Amino acid sequence: MSEEIILSVQGISKTFGGLKALADVGFDITRGEVYGIIGPNGSGKTTLINCITGFIKPNSGRVLFKEKDITGWQPHKIAHIGISRTFQIMRPYYSLPAYKNLIVPLWSPRAKTTGGWRGGGKHGDRDTVAVDILEEIGFERDSRVPYKLASTLPTGYQKRLELARCMAMRPEIIFCDEVFSGLSMSEIAGMLPLIEKMKSEGITLIMIEHRLRELFRVADRVMALNFGEKIAEGESSVVIENKKVKEAYLGSEEV
Amino acid sequence: METMRKERIDRGVRVRASGLYAISSWREMLYLMGPPLALIIGVILLPVILELAPYWKRVINIMCVYALLALSFDFLANYVGLVCLGGAFFVGVGGYLSAIFNVYLHFPVYLSIPLATICGAFICTFLLMPCLPLRGVYFAIVTLMYPLLATRVIEALDILGGTNGITGLDSLPNEYVEHYAIILMTLFFLYAMRRFVNQDVGLVIRGVKDNDQAVKASGISVTKMKAFAVCIAAFMGCFGGAYMSHMYMWSGLSMFALDFSIIPMASVVIGGGGTLLGAIIGSFILVPLSEVLRNFGTFRIVIYCALLTGFIVFKSEGIMVYAMRKYHQFERWVKV
Ligand SMILES: Nc1ncnc2c1ncn2[C@@H]1O[C@H](COP(=O)(O)OP(=O)(O)O)[C@@H](O)[C@H]1O
Ligand SMILES: [Mg+2]
Repeated sequence: MSEEIILSVQGISKTFGGLKALADVGFDITRGEVYGIIGPNGSGKTTLINCITGFIKPNSGRVLFKEKDITGWQPHKIAHIGISRTFQIMRPYYSLPAYKNLIVPLWSPRAKTTGGWRGGGKHGDRDTVAVDILEEIGFERDSRVPYKLASTLPTGYQKRLELARCMAMRPEIIFCDEVFSGLSMSEIAGMLPLIEKMKSEGITLIMIEHRLRELFRVADRVMALNFGEKIAEGESSVVIENKKVKEAYLGSEEV
Repeated sequence: METMRKERIDRGVRVRASGLYAISSWREMLYLMGPPLALIIGVILLPVILELAPYWKRVINIMCVYALLALSFDFLANYVGLVCLGGAFFVGVGGYLSAIFNVYLHFPVYLSIPLATICGAFICTFLLMPCLPLRGVYFAIVTLMYPLLATRVIEALDILGGTNGITGLDSLPNEYVEHYAIILMTLFFLYAMRRFVNQDVGLVIRGVKDNDQAVKASGISVTKMKAFAVCIAAFMGCFGGAYMSHMYMWSGLSMFALDFSIIPMASVVIGGGGTLLGAIIGSFILVPLSEVLRNFGTFRIVIYCALLTGFIVFKSEGIMVYAMRKYHQFERWVKV
């Protein structure tokens, strides 16, 4: 294959007490693709992200980023080399206005080396760059929205802010943990071009989603998890027809 | 039935004085600059005014030391999210270091105080490093233990003068240097901290308080940022300690007294958390108050506690927050 494998996850297992949250999950991601991870609630999707991004240490398994073993690294080190993530439970920096939320990633050591999104981390005024990024992600520049306290923003904007926080560092990979959930159809439609845009900028996206229909419009490949096990992988049209996936979503008919 | 609701509206002058327009008239300028100028001039004139009541002149110095401690408490608690009761530890380390530099190594005052401040800040940060991952009340408890531990170590090993402490420190050249060294430093730190928390680094540190996970996910080490913040706070505390040891010409176990941890916290509660200026106002009220209450003997603790409780129950927002609201907005009752 000519395409470069940017991230390789091999045999990740994680148990919480007696609960097996992840069992031997592995997958490879090529640079620039949009990869979807689906699965019912509690199937271990968030835990998988946490294991890859260093917020949880897996019991076994390896994570290779550009052939370098990063298993067990601290979260900020993993973020520094270019693996960014959103959080399913959004918690912006409450006490700061929306645009000031982006000062944190723009100030980070990574932004200082890569320049960050639009080069704002390296030189110049971070405030202006922050507002530029927010405008790009769908905040109206001339409105008061970018200057409002982050805690007072509606859900849709908070989700966008989460994405903006990732973008600002100019990462190579972004893990999106259910960025569509809680949004209306029209809000999601508004965000899809954004995904396309990031893809065209060369960012590899891994999207965890509950909303299959919307995900399938952007994802190149999809993996399905159920009870911590990988049950299917491949093109979305194939995965959705998979018997195990149907059972996982519709409930098992065999019992 | 009619219900009434209190409505708060920004004063016209506040709106007019926001942004560049402020320089368009004296009234707006006065509105913006008046209160800070009044504070600065008032504090600077204090020693002169108090020529009339010499007993109270020493209180100014103590007041400012507590103000610095309160400032560092407010910064750590409301901007970093660390409830640090290590004020006494900062003072003790600063005080003892200054005594070592001055008495044992014969450094002059103008070297021993800055050196003790800088070295103290680093030593305190280094020693508190293992506790930085702790949160909330756990961090508070551990930092409270540090000064207790230090006194026991000094007592048990009989080092650094043991229970007698180190005597014979040089005093500051004269009374006015003594007053203005601490007054100007307090004003400087207040100004510097208010600027710092709005700088980009300051915003990152505030981010740690709001959501440390997101800071980590942005590729920034949370431990490093916390250590940096503790270093700044310890810097202020150690300066206070170093200064005080020269003021008393003595450094002893009471440098680690619990007062230095507790009164700053109370000052921040009274003054209004998160305002920085409130911390200073709080200690300018509490320290003279406890001086007045000294006449009541042990009974002063009762009065003190009653006052504090009253404040927390009836005006929990603190003086500064209340005063700012009254200054910037007026209130009226409207029908709902
Ligand atoms: N920190 C944790 N401690 C204990 N159990 C956890 C923890 N995190 C997740 N789990 C459990 O692991 C399972 C997978 O959770 P999660 O990864 O959040 O699922 P998903 O994101 O797919 O909805 C759930 O049963 C959840 O209760
Ligand atoms: Mg989840």
